Amino acid sequence: MRRAPFSLGKAGPRKRINRVPSPILARGLPWLSVVFCSILPGLLTIASAPVLPPLGFLAFVAWRQLRPGLMPVWAGLPLGLVDDLYSGQPFGSAVMLWSGAAIVLDEIEARLPWRNFLTEWLVAMGLILAYIVLSLLVANIAGASAPIHVIVPQTVISLLCYPLVGRLVAIADRIRLIPFREIR
Amino acid sequence: MAPPLNRRSGHSRRAQYNSFFTYAAGVAGVLLGAALLVVSIFGPSVFSGARALAADAVAPVSGGAARTRHAGQDIFETIAGYFKAGASHAKLEREVKEARVRLAEAEAVREENRRLKGLLGLEQRDPPPVAVTRMTSSTAASIRRFATIGAGRTSGIEKGMPVRSTMGLVGRVLEVGITSSRVLLVTDTESLVPVRRATDGVPAFAQGKGDGTIQIRLINLGINPLKKGDIMVTSGSGGLYRPGVAMAIVTSLTRDGAIARVLGNPSHAEYVIVEKTWAPEPPVVPSNREEPTSPGAASTGQPEPET
Repeated sequence: MRRAPFSLGKAGPRKRINRVPSPILARGLPWLSVVFCSILPGLLTIASAPVLPPLGFLAFVAWRQLRPGLMPVWAGLPLGLVDDLYSGQPFGSAVMLWSGAAIVLDEIEARLPWRNFLTEWLVAMGLILAYIVLSLLVANIAGASAPIHVIVPQTVISLLCYPLVGRLVAIADRIRLIPFREIR
Repeated sequence: MAPPLNRRSGHSRRAQYNSFFTYAAGVAGVLLGAALLVVSIFGPSVFSGARALAADAVAPVSGGAARTRHAGQDIFETIAGYFKAGASHAKLEREVKEARVRLAEAEAVREENRRLKGLLGLEQRDPPPVAVTRMTSSTAASIRRFATIGAGRTSGIEKGMPVRSTMGLVGRVLEVGITSSRVLLVTDTESLVPVRRATDGVPAFAQGKGDGTIQIRLINLGINPLKKGDIMVTSGSGGLYRPGVAMAIVTSLTRDGAIARVLGNPSHAEYVIVEKTWAPEPPVVPSNREEPTSPGAASTGQPEPET
């Protein structure tokens, strides 16, 4: 007999009736996945130039676009704190920019009633571009004095790989809501 | 589905307050971030303890990641190697023949060098490394170039120690945790290393440009003597970095110096060596001293004979 995908627990086909998702997984997975994405770019390569996208920020924006009310507006505060520990930016930069991005995203979503893949990508593009440029600015104020052309490759990669991050977040969202806890 | 135009969360006072406080917390997040930023700009080391703790927390994971990374690189290099096996084999054989001759010459030079140093009573040895460790992670998504190494206070690492790979200088230790430390790579824009040309000692500064290359700034302005392919080594002036460690190779010239590529590229080095902070020998004090300063007494790392 074929096993259903994502089945957890006992062998056999997953029972759908009488099951609810685990509240810990349903509430915690978005936060955990963003933290994981904040740590991941550092582990992938020892880079001598900024080449990898800020995956933590991408995942944060993707979660907020996919499920606007799931993480509160202030989620940028704790998640940004974690990101600042690993990102190498001056401490506080992600706290400020992520919180700001969440507020801006909420405002845009309120004004833009209909949405599709393209508009969401365009909105995310604007946010990512602003985020990377402001990160450079913040690092430069703190004494980095890096020229602006340094961030061009990173920006292009980030903009292009945002839909991919969005898909991965959507998969994580499905895992989050697997009903496997039995209710009696 | 389009959201309703009226954004009020209903008549429930509780829901309205809830929505308001959530937004207020969001704005507070922005303000708190700005405040943290100001603190970290004026005191860059304020949060170093928190960062070191965070790096220690993921150290086991990042050690495994480092091993996987190198295994992955090996696979790609092996595959690439198959495609250019013939040509590179012939080239390598030619180079080995040349290298054998060079090696014999170098052997002779080394012998002569040792004899001459013995005549002068000078002995120089490389100090033993403090630790040999892996680079575990880096700030690949930031403009700043930091890396984490898998050795910390327990291995005797201290702030300021230079870090090198077998190919050349990698950076210096910036923050020390218990089992990991943070390294400022030489490609960072805040890293400034005094260097000289390996062949004739033209002095210069090497500053990171943030994009993986290094800006070489000559100290003596005038005609630019640098050429493409020149190797820059650390000069040791000012201390910290031991002289004679390979650092960068010049790739293109600019008006007041050159752009260079780092030799000790940390992404290719599996292991890095942490060395003791190098202190230049104290300046020779003329007169006022009874015994004349001999080269032997001034050499570093040698305990001075007690009189």
